[in-house]
Parts: sequence; C-alpha cells; structure tokens
Amino acid sequence: MTKKKKKWSDYLWIVSATYFTMGFFNISFAWLGTICFLIPLLMATFGGGKGYCNHYCGRGQLFLEIGNTLGWSRQKVAPRWLSSRWFRNGFLVFFLFFFIQMIWLTVQVGQGAESLHETIHLLWSFHVPWHWAYRTQLDPWLAQYAFGLYGIMLTSLIVGVVLTVVYRPRTWCVFCPMGNMTQIISKSKA
Amino acid sequence: MARMTATNERDRCVACGVCANVCPREAVSIFKGCYAIVDEALCIGCGLCEKACPAGVMHRVERVKN
Repeated sequence: MTKKKKKWSDYLWIVSATYFTMGFFNISFAWLGTICFLIPLLMATFGGGKGYCNHYCGRGQLFLEIGNTLGWSRQKVAPRWLSSRWFRNGFLVFFLFFFIQMIWLTVQVGQGAESLHETIHLLWSFHVPWHWAYRTQLDPWLAQYAFGLYGIMLTSLIVGVVLTVVYRPRTWCVFCPMGNMTQIISKSKA
Repeated sequence: MARMTATNERDRCVACGVCANVCPREAVSIFKGCYAIVDEALCIGCGLCEKACPAGVMHRVERVKN
C-alpha cells in the first residue's frame, strides 16, 4: 500500500491548535473563529459540497492528531443513534438556540442594555471567568462576540476531544452542526 | 480482484471524508458532499475505511460476484 503524500491542508490542525491557545491569552483572536462558520457554508452553497469538512477543517484534523498520532483513542465505534437524523437535527436546533442567544447578548451589549460579560459559557452550563484574556480594549459588543464565540468553539473542542478518547477521532463530526448544515445544503443541491 | 470490498450505509453517512482520506487506493470519494461512494474496481477490501469511520457506516463485505 502506498503512503499518502501530505499536502499543506493536512497541517491545518496547527492553525486550530494556535487558535485555541491564543484564546487563553487574548480573547480578540476568538473573532477568527467566524471563518470556521462562514467558509463551510459558503463552500457548500457555491458547489464545493463538504470540501471544508473533507479537507480543511483544522478541528477535525486536531481530533485525528490526538486520537491517531498521540494514540489517545479507544478506537471504538460510536453508538448508532449519534448518526441518526433525529439526533443530528436535534443537536443542530440545540446549537442554533445557543448561537442565537450569543448573538442576542452581543446585540444587547452593543445597545447598552447589558454589560459586558467577561466570561465564557462552557458546555452550555458553566460561566467561566475569562477576564484575564481581555487584553485589548475593544468596543463592548466586539468583546462580547469574542467571549461568546470562544465559548462555543471551546465547548465543541472539549466535547470532541472526549468523544475522540472514548470512541474514534472525529466522532464529533458525526453530529457537528456545521457538518450537518453543509450536508443539508449539499443534498438540496445534488 | 480482491475477495472483499467496502460498502457504505448512504442514509447514515455524514460525508465527513475520513474514509476517503485513509483509503490507500483512492477508491472512496465523497459524492457532492452527500455521502461516500466506493469504486469497487479500485477497492482492495483492506478495511481501513471501516476502522476509521467515526459513524460506523463503512463496512468491509464479501464482493458480490456478477
């Protein structure tokens, strides 16, 4: 069997690891996470299918590095209900609820109706103090979006790493809301 | 031709592309972002895609003789 030659896009896990590291030091970098939301949707909309998931998702590659390169995975297949339509769509609705809530808080902070929350919302439950990463003074709404988005990103990283260890690398991808949305778009265009 | 080949449960496939990336013969591809498809003429039935698939929808099966 021939060993596949690595391409530049096989190293995007480094970008993802850098992103998560930077968020611990300066929350402003969290804004870059918007790219992970926009590019997959744009690619799927303009005929690129799930090219982002298949080749350019640094987070997916990070799970592969943790599970395969480091060997921190039991390599067990996940329960079948995780890939069922009802669970994937249910999780998408759950995710969108929290995403809209994050955007709503950003809007309220922008309008002065709410003060800036220097916390990140982890695992949809815990408000973790993160004020030490607020190094660059931004407009309050810009900072609120950064805290909110970083919480979403870090939550999916934590869940994804746990699933990688317990099951297989990229088990997160089975019900990833972005992956589900891009597949729905792709199927509607096929 | 190899005795075994890969097959995919298309209705449950999430099209993540893990199978296509591990395939040493480029026998697996993602069809328009919808699901994985296997080119049985290229597949050697090594089972790497089955072992890597996070959804557990790739299977190594006996090749159907025509």
